[in-house]
Amino acid sequence: MSKTINRREFLKRGSALVAAGSLPLSLVEVAFGKAAGENFTFAYISDSHITHVKGSEFVRNWDRGLIRAVAEANLLDPRPDFIFYGGDIAQLGKAEEIDHGLEILGGLNGKVHYVMGEHDYYLDLGDYWKKQLGPDHYSFDHKGVHFVVLNSILTFDDWTNNKWPTAAERMHQMARLDNPQGSPFMVGDAQREWLKTDLEKVGKDTPVVVFSHSPIQKIHKGWNFWTDDAEQVQALLKPFDKVTVIYGHVHQIQYNQIGNISFHSAMATAWPWPYPSTYTQVQTWLPKLTVEMNRADPFFERDATGWQFINLHTGNVDMSYMLPDNSNRVVAFDTRAGKPVDTKYQAVANRIPPQTHY
Amino acid sequence: MKRTMKHVLAPFVLGMLFAAPGQADAFTQADLDRWQAEYMATVDKGEKLFHGGLNSSNTVSCDQCHPNATNIHPETYPKFQQQLGKVAVLGEMINWCIRNPLESEPLALDSADMIALQSYILYERRGVALAPGKH
Repeated sequence: MSKTINRREFLKRGSALVAAGSLPLSLVEVAFGKAAGENFTFAYISDSHITHVKGSEFVRNWDRGLIRAVAEANLLDPRPDFIFYGGDIAQLGKAEEIDHGLEILGGLNGKVHYVMGEHDYYLDLGDYWKKQLGPDHYSFDHKGVHFVVLNSILTFDDWTNNKWPTAAERMHQMARLDNPQGSPFMVGDAQREWLKTDLEKVGKDTPVVVFSHSPIQKIHKGWNFWTDDAEQVQALLKPFDKVTVIYGHVHQIQYNQIGNISFHSAMATAWPWPYPSTYTQVQTWLPKLTVEMNRADPFFERDATGWQFINLHTGNVDMSYMLPDNSNRVVAFDTRAGKPVDTKYQAVANRIPPQTHY
Repeated sequence: MKRTMKHVLAPFVLGMLFAAPGQADAFTQADLDRWQAEYMATVDKGEKLFHGGLNSSNTVSCDQCHPNATNIHPETYPKFQQQLGKVAVLGEMINWCIRNPLESEPLALDSADMIALQSYILYERRGVALAPGKH
């Protein structure tokens, strides 16, 4: 794949995929019961971890990742309908970090929707973030698709309110990914009740796209590649014909299909994370469908970081990973197989040595 | 390893230092426990250094990219590090990380902090077969 794939070329490739599925477009639309459905695209940027050092100084490396993603997203032509930000603007939830991140994100041309990450939340329980950006869970409709945003990084009240002497200590503890003193993420009863009510007014043939920071599936509890009430959220999504969950947090390519639900993760703009299977002391559950991203070469500062643009194609998601120091990847919904597949590397014979993680 | 210790180091070093009547190979369970405790104390120190305990000029810490010390592959060193153009030991790559993502001063390869970091990194990788040179 060309490193310089642009959006027009991507859209052409998307059409070619449908052709490869040997179904005429009209048939696909009929099959999905949305004859009036419109295809559209949006951009997705996540996990910038803007870090305040002191005074007006921020970690240069993480700044550069976000600045680059914003610049590239602004070059998309034709324009995406909107942009999503998948959470963790900040590293330690500080107002300085959220302000600095939003200043950079303010350069984006177009409407931006935001998702709450744990690094934005656990200093002041999301107060400053909400003051700047609004509610942490909401829904809207766009061109026949129902979009839902959840705050999936909540945890047990006792851990949040009683365990730590200060808010800063609580934030430090949750900011450490491999913390044995951490606590599992969850959507929680109140938001699940809200989601149930929200979905009652949505037709079952309406494509639903859910955004969360953590995966609404269970991969590795020790790093919170995990949402504790994932099955209960999935159950609320089960009655719909086509559902996609898009999440951040994991700083790597993951995708999966569970029943009617497609899952896609986003790259971070800041730094990549190893796959959980490389921690040899515990068992983990990366979806078998996932062809892993290339192992990061630390000598290339932006390797294994990136951002995404997304084609909502007859209500399913085609995910294009824009990887500044690597070949771009496209994971598209294969209508015949009924699941997302990597358009180049899915067959075992097509994989390359850098995709081996150990 | 224990055999090497017993047959090579112990007779010469301990014998010369203490010239005591005890036998070189007469270590007890209490000795084993103490040696393990010494090692684990160093692992714990390394774990703290790895998680924000280094004097990092930009606050970045090792665990941000390497949770549970993953993606370091200590079992593959020494190996040819193409970016350095030579065969390198793990400590040299640790120092590369300290200089670059952490924007900080490297450690002496035989410093207590460097030994503690490697103790922790190796401990999290225990049980994995040696694979020197592997990429």
